[in-house]
Amino acid sequence: MIGTLDSKIPPGPLASKWANHKDHSRLVSPANRRKFEIIVVGSGLAGGSAAATLGEQGYNVKCFCYQDSPRRAHSIAAQGGINAAKNYQNDGDSVFRLFYDTIKGGDFRSREANVYRLAEVSNLIIDQCVEQGVPFAREYGGLLANRSFGGAQVSRTFYARGQTGQQLLLGAYQALCRQITAGTVKMFPQTEMLELVVVNGHAKGIITRSLITGEIQRHAGDAVVLASGGYGNVFYLSTNARGSNVTATYRAYKKGALFANPCYTQIHPTCIPVSGSYQSKLTLMSESLRNDGRVWVPKARGDKRPPEQIPEAERDYYLERKYPSFGNLSPRDIASRAAKEVCDDGRGAGESGRGVYLDFKDAIARLGEETIRERYGNLFDIYEKITAESAYQRPMRIYPAVHYTMGGLWVDYNLMSNLPGLHVIGEANFSDHGANRLGASALMQGLADGYFVLPYTLPNYLAGEVGKRPGTDAPAFEQVERDVRARVQKMLDVNGSRSVDSFHRELGLLLWDKCGMARNATGLREALARIPQIRDEFWRDVRILPQKNETYNQSLERAGRVADFLEFGELMCIDALTRDESCGGHFREEHQTPDGEALRNDEEFASVFAWEYQGNGAIEPPKLHREPLEFETVQLAQRSYK
Amino acid sequence: MNFRLRVWRQKSSDEKGRLVDYDAPDISPNTSFLEMLDIVNERLIERGEEPIAFDSDCREGICGTCSLTINGEAHGPSHPGAACQLYMRRFTDGETITVEPFRARPFHFIKDLVVNRGALDRIVQAGGFISARAGSAPEANSIPVPKHDADRAMEAAACIGCGACAAACPNGSAMLFTSAKVSHLAFLPQGHPERVTRALRMVSAMDAEGFGNCTNTYECEAVCPAEISASFIAKLNREFARASFAKKLGD
Repeated sequence: MIGTLDSKIPPGPLASKWANHKDHSRLVSPANRRKFEIIVVGSGLAGGSAAATLGEQGYNVKCFCYQDSPRRAHSIAAQGGINAAKNYQNDGDSVFRLFYDTIKGGDFRSREANVYRLAEVSNLIIDQCVEQGVPFAREYGGLLANRSFGGAQVSRTFYARGQTGQQLLLGAYQALCRQITAGTVKMFPQTEMLELVVVNGHAKGIITRSLITGEIQRHAGDAVVLASGGYGNVFYLSTNARGSNVTATYRAYKKGALFANPCYTQIHPTCIPVSGSYQSKLTLMSESLRNDGRVWVPKARGDKRPPEQIPEAERDYYLERKYPSFGNLSPRDIASRAAKEVCDDGRGAGESGRGVYLDFKDAIARLGEETIRERYGNLFDIYEKITAESAYQRPMRIYPAVHYTMGGLWVDYNLMSNLPGLHVIGEANFSDHGANRLGASALMQGLADGYFVLPYTLPNYLAGEVGKRPGTDAPAFEQVERDVRARVQKMLDVNGSRSVDSFHRELGLLLWDKCGMARNATGLREALARIPQIRDEFWRDVRILPQKNETYNQSLERAGRVADFLEFGELMCIDALTRDESCGGHFREEHQTPDGEALRNDEEFASVFAWEYQGNGAIEPPKLHREPLEFETVQLAQRSYK
Repeated sequence: MNFRLRVWRQKSSDEKGRLVDYDAPDISPNTSFLEMLDIVNERLIERGEEPIAFDSDCREGICGTCSLTINGEAHGPSHPGAACQLYMRRFTDGETITVEPFRARPFHFIKDLVVNRGALDRIVQAGGFISARAGSAPEANSIPVPKHDADRAMEAAACIGCGACAAACPNGSAMLFTSAKVSHLAFLPQGHPERVTRALRMVSAMDAEGFGNCTNTYECEAVCPAEISASFIAKLNREFARASFAKKLGD
């Protein structure tokens, strides 16, 4: 059904592709824009900025979020910063360098043209955010300040305390509020997309459920934009918000959109370690802490002395030892694996032995406690609230945790999926981070897509679609709504004995074990055998209370999301098994260099794996489509941070 | 640890609510308050009873979704911090803990511990923004902002929009919330062109929603998880007075 994947990368030299493309894309005139209805699912950095910008341009936008306010989307929790190639530090940064660092950081598994465009528009984002009133950190002279992040040797990260995501999201939210008042955007909070509606092969609508009343509604649009975030919660424990889910993108996948590289998941090296089985989520400690904190474990196995009693000579600053030029600021996948390795070796910190120290003693001695408080005060406070320990007095204990997902729906250069009309932006798509995302790049990508890419590429689709929006009485809407109702009812009718959370937890533990920081064929096959069993059990034994759709029902909300995770987890393992190489965050134990680094196989796997839905389970495995990655500018090399 | 909970249960705004007692035995002191409620809910589901509805999302104190009044205090006894950042070690073993929703007239009741805080969004929609169309911004360093002003703006902008200020206020006032946004944008040169209309519109939206007025009890500041200072309310009053004069002169 799907032929060769066409990434629609424009011709010409890398640095002029985007300009040429914009010059030759089709436009929609101001008078015609109000004739179009655009559906945007999600109100985070990508969805919020896209909805606001399309509204500013004069389109009619309907924006949906499951939260009770668009300001609460999970982008709000991003801490550290946003990259841009401003070169304000005069330290040799440029668009090319940001591009190169990002593509190398992604272990050469992303598209050159997309990543270059991202670096190119990064500077516009900073301009835009400053103008909106985002209170970025400044120097005493009144100009913008920067800090360093992992995987770069320049200082290009803009930040607002440890709350950069919050401030950028509030900027987008305020722009969105302005459009709501102007009447161009209609906001639907606490409304979850449950299904995509495809009419004549084009995405032309969605079916939603009100989380307050349970009402199921149809919405027709000329185009659908998914900005619904990542799928990290498939692991149950992650740094994602409790409500973050895969439903919107997974439902689109089941309707024919290809899902690309689902096995590319990011395990963030600096999170607060798990403390008990009751735990509901993990908390990130920003990567920016690695600017001043030094990571270490005891040199001796089983050394359980408190950290302050372990003398300098008996500490192993393993990142500085293994990667002298990047040290504590090695990329996330590398820092995470190194932490796992020392803990597997029996040298982990804390009771559980699954932790490493992040120590600020030297930085406090060098800069004074006041400076450290100014830079990271809110992070130290978060840490103290959770652990009841002060990081000013003793080193933090940290451990890697699921944080971000690089995989997502497949999109072309226009951010449109193989299903015409369906556009996918932000974390929900797959396109810019390859197999590992660098710190401070997620905020950049979300806002790039929403403010500066989609507003140029969406009209290119819309220009050919004047007057093609179907009514919500079209048979496709009828059918899809019926399916949604039937599925909800089926779930309620199970009336079994186990809670939704118990299934989610079981799936999450299994995936963390078999498809987490390190994977191998045997483990993945075990997971693939087990997931369908958990899924069957869910549909036989889940208990949803109250047993009713037409009400505020948090059990039912979660059940729908977990049901999708139970299918999606399988797709993730199939992808991880098929990608028989190591790259970035996807570490196959069978493929490593003699010193334990990820060993890529460019000959066979320098391509995007895009999966087409055929059915669930071993009977009907998804169909693989490959998009070869062509590198015209960069030389593929083994990443070295030594 | 063992606790006795008294939880507000109410199916909908049409029905009467009441406090219902639940035992929460065998809770680790390192459990967060919301995780303790998760455990109670798991046990309720096991027994075939309807779980307690309560709001939460990020569970790290930044999204502003959680909205519990615990032992009579918005977000509970541990300030500053949202309810999701409260840990059971903060309570004494055997303690009775009362849990209610955020209450303020403009927060419409949904279920159990969940209320609708859309009124706060509508205050921002009235003018809590800078009209800066994407693509029209000047180069970011072309307007230097004194560090002091940028820092003050950030202090105000840190508001997480949870509504604890209004829930804690005896007048149900949202002045702290509104003042944080007005102050944030007034401290920055980019916010100056719309300074007058912003202050006037946001204050009148706040009144129209049915929020009360400030009588300087400072309950808001005491419970604010983002440590927004009540001095911003004074700034809001100044901005409002300034705007009213400016408007009169303009007329």
